[in-house]
Amino acid sequence: MTSVSTEIPSRASEAVPAVQTMELTRTFDDLVAVDHLSFVTASGSIFGLLGPNGAGKSTLIKMLTTLLHPTAGTALVAGFDIVRQPREVRKRIGYVSQMLSADGDLTGYENLLISAKLYGIPRHERSQRIGQALEFMELTHAADRVVRHYSGGMIRRLEIAQSMLHRPALLFLDEPTVGLDPVAKLAVWHRIQALRGEFDTTIFMTTHDMDEADELCDVVAFMHSGRLLAQGPPAELKARLGHEATLGDVFIHYAGSAIVEEGEWTNVARARRTARRLE
Amino acid sequence: MSHAHGALPAAWSEGAGRFAFLRQTAAVAEADIRKLIHDPVELLTRMVQPVLWLAIFGEVFSRARAIPTGGLRYLDFMTPGVLAQSVLFGAIFYGISLIWERDLGIVHKFLVSPTPRAALVLGRAVSSMARSLCQMILVFLLASLLGVHLRFGVASLAGVAAAVMLGSAIFSTFSLIAACIVKSRERFMGIGQVLTMPLFFASNAIYPLSMMPGWLRSISIVNPLTYQVDALRCLMIQAGASMFGLPVDFAAQLLAFAVLVAIATRLYPKIIT
Repeated sequence: MTSVSTEIPSRASEAVPAVQTMELTRTFDDLVAVDHLSFVTASGSIFGLLGPNGAGKSTLIKMLTTLLHPTAGTALVAGFDIVRQPREVRKRIGYVSQMLSADGDLTGYENLLISAKLYGIPRHERSQRIGQALEFMELTHAADRVVRHYSGGMIRRLEIAQSMLHRPALLFLDEPTVGLDPVAKLAVWHRIQALRGEFDTTIFMTTHDMDEADELCDVVAFMHSGRLLAQGPPAELKARLGHEATLGDVFIHYAGSAIVEEGEWTNVARARRTARRLE
Repeated sequence: MSHAHGALPAAWSEGAGRFAFLRQTAAVAEADIRKLIHDPVELLTRMVQPVLWLAIFGEVFSRARAIPTGGLRYLDFMTPGVLAQSVLFGAIFYGISLIWERDLGIVHKFLVSPTPRAALVLGRAVSSMARSLCQMILVFLLASLLGVHLRFGVASLAGVAAAVMLGSAIFSTFSLIAACIVKSRERFMGIGQVLTMPLFFASNAIYPLSMMPGWLRSISIVNPLTYQVDALRCLMIQAGASMFGLPVDFAAQLLAFAVLVAIATRLYPKIIT
């Protein structure tokens, strides 16, 4: 990964940030979910967004993936404006939501086939790309099984396969390992690392799992009440609190130990449902 | 400008050609049709209602001779109405699958893809059209068993298929709009129940417009179902005739469909908020 910088395009891409928000804001009635946020995510990194429930992480991801309009401000994602050029953004990103995006009533292959068609992957490349994605995510053996019969870890890997078929420059993963057992979780971690290694994909992920953030992320940012309180490499943030500090300590330091009583009922219901389906 | 982020992913350099919109529409429909092939139970359950209407209601009312049908046997008169009705009932609850897929998270996958919103809406209409063709086959089988005087010419069959598909596209898109507004399964079921019967009764499906009181007739005149039945009566039944003429029937339906697609395209992304 440490080659001479100027001649290789993917290296040069580090000059263009993967995500750059400018005073990005979203309110729901009188609740400010994302509050004049301005930050930059470098290309090629695995960026982890941490924070308590109701901190605004999902709202932020929904805006960056063009699913939700900002109330004010904007952001450049993969170099394009989310408000003015949403289709250009969509061509260049992948997104795996907290919920289930694989269709349980289709086979793994069919799910990938539909995605390939939606992203305009030409016919002659389709089967090769799908085969490659299945292999990369270690799902070749299950390609023709209906997804309803997959395990939670397999569904997550299929969803990631789905979102990378068109080789996005930037992949958004919203709590990619929620509800997975430790073995399945580890497999997903390895695939995320391999994605960055092989395709140079920038990963923008949220997580509640401090081990996950520590293990995977080059840079983490703590979000609370719609604002970013700190951003940096995990080691650096831990060092600020003393040399025995864990990322969990950093989390508590910034989020406070009080339980945040936010997050709508519907969100909670959905998160639980997703977790149950993945078991 | 040769940085990886500004440049399109390899897939887009050639894949997004002139027919991209049509291909994406087809892909949306394909997802749904493949599901139907995996599990066709839904199609079978849809067979029940037309059987009841034709074999019971139709047989009984044919004996009553209470309804002026312009010389047609009552069963012949109502067969196009029953076909239109079974298409309507199938399509009107179609929106619930959008709510269901929203609850799961599948809709998000479509919305973050570069697929134009209009293609997402049209794709669903296309899959609903495919379903309606199954219903057409069923009603034709049933009606021939009951001795209805059907037309079997290629042109009239193609015309029936066109009218049925258009009707199904109209009401499934209408259903999609309702889903985007009410957003929950429970409320949607309520709305669906409330809508279907008035749409059915305020049409010429089982009795002619001439029998209706003035106020009901004015409602029927703006009900797309009326035009679908009118076209079907002419295309499907040997002695059947159209009241408005086929060009008016199809123009009215196309207009309704265009308006509904325009509304649905605007509302579709709001299903997730």
